[in-house]
Amino acid sequence: MKKSGRKLILDGKGMDRVLSRLTHEILEKNRGAEEIALVGICSGGVPLSRVIQGKIRSIEGVDVQAGYVDITLYRDDLSRAGYQPRLKRTEIPFSIDDKKVVLVDDVLFTGRTIRAAMDALIDFGRPKNIQLAVLIDRGHRELPIRADYVGRNVPTARSETVEVVVEGEMEGWNVFLREIPAGKGE
Amino acid sequence: MEWRRKHVLGLADFSTEEIGFVIDTARSMEDVLTRDIKKVPALRGKTVVNLFFEASTRTRTSFEIAGKRLSADMVNFSSAVSSVGKGETLLDTARNIDSMKPNIIVIRHPASGSAHFLSRYVSCSVINAGDGSHEHPTQGLLDLYSVLKVKDKVKGLKISIIGDIMHSRVVRSNLHSFGRMGADLWLCGPASLVPREMGRSGATITYDIREAVRDADVVMMLRIQLERQKRAFFPSLREYAHKYGLNSEVFSLAKKDAVIMHPGPINRGVELSDELADSAHSIILNQVESGVAIRMALLYLLAGGHNAAH
Repeated sequence: MKKSGRKLILDGKGMDRVLSRLTHEILEKNRGAEEIALVGICSGGVPLSRVIQGKIRSIEGVDVQAGYVDITLYRDDLSRAGYQPRLKRTEIPFSIDDKKVVLVDDVLFTGRTIRAAMDALIDFGRPKNIQLAVLIDRGHRELPIRADYVGRNVPTARSETVEVVVEGEMEGWNVFLREIPAGKGE
Repeated sequence: MEWRRKHVLGLADFSTEEIGFVIDTARSMEDVLTRDIKKVPALRGKTVVNLFFEASTRTRTSFEIAGKRLSADMVNFSSAVSSVGKGETLLDTARNIDSMKPNIIVIRHPASGSAHFLSRYVSCSVINAGDGSHEHPTQGLLDLYSVLKVKDKVKGLKISIIGDIMHSRVVRSNLHSFGRMGADLWLCGPASLVPREMGRSGATITYDIREAVRDADVVMMLRIQLERQKRAFFPSLREYAHKYGLNSEVFSLAKKDAVIMHPGPINRGVELSDELADSAHSIILNQVESGVAIRMALLYLLAGGHNAAH
């Protein structure tokens, strides 16, 4: 499976199974889909949250509300990066007040993205609670943050990077572990 | 693309790509403005100084609100209540303020080139909020953004700017912003107020308001800048209003879905009739709204990254 220094961790089929389990866990813990809202973190979490939304629809027969959040303006390293990151859009077209908000991201790393996403959410309202679902937990936390739902725990070195490819059809999705110095965050 | 610019002094050297980048960033900023809590922590701990040597309502308030929405500390300086009245030079004033370590100075000054001048002597970023008759880059960007919001694209649109072309810094910035995007630009006013050299920018010059308005998609009216006119350029304001004021009869020559713009402040009854200023065709207040998003985008782009000297 090795190709140009990267190792395949999950393929599209594997991701589909993992996301099915995550969806069941979310529904089990919350005793159904009532009051649940999904918020994907840009960019990697957005397609994953759509898959989870689709799976909830086929399991429970309900459409839960879903949005996405760009955390760039809430980052704690804005003046440390080499240049200003391009802003993406935030769209939460519903009230999150008293909702059980499930944040969805692809990779949980230092936890700083999640901290920023929680700050952003709080600016939108007062959810009943915030839960976290991630596809990959690669360790190396720098903040006291943990995920409620983890697809796969992947032990990594700091010099490695986890690459989640979620473009096009789901069969083509892949997660790789790359053996090059990590340039970007989680 | 990566944003590498430290100052925003004019749009003359902005690439099409850079202009697009600012507009995209402004769109994201506009998301923030639609929320209940219209504030994000992006510029926490950054200081922006509004250094205004000329009267201004819109631009200064707009920059102040933009900065506050991004959590920057805003400091307002106006020449009326400062040491400028005691004889301090622009350079001394700016150097003193620079010593207090702001991240960005926003300057408006009656002398053309003052923003460029300042940028050579201070260590922080400089944003030109209008320098004499030279440029008003944030206005140029917000005008483009306002048109893009109602017209989707600017390429091929007939955009006519009518009034005191000679003294207008807004025109000089708009020639770049609309020009880069491929608009069909027209400039119109009394011959004494439309320098012939402006034709070199690619714009069409006419002295007949009807010709300018005919089939236009956008009609932008300008104020007569009496404070900058050191001699008489036309016999009387009444005659000017009669020949170059926009009223419903003249505006009926424009396209059906044409919009009316004005950078403000409006002299009602001179360049623009009451009726039109308040009509559904007017996007004058939308321009003001877009201004906050554009200025948030520029403050954000300048205050971060490698520019953060302090």
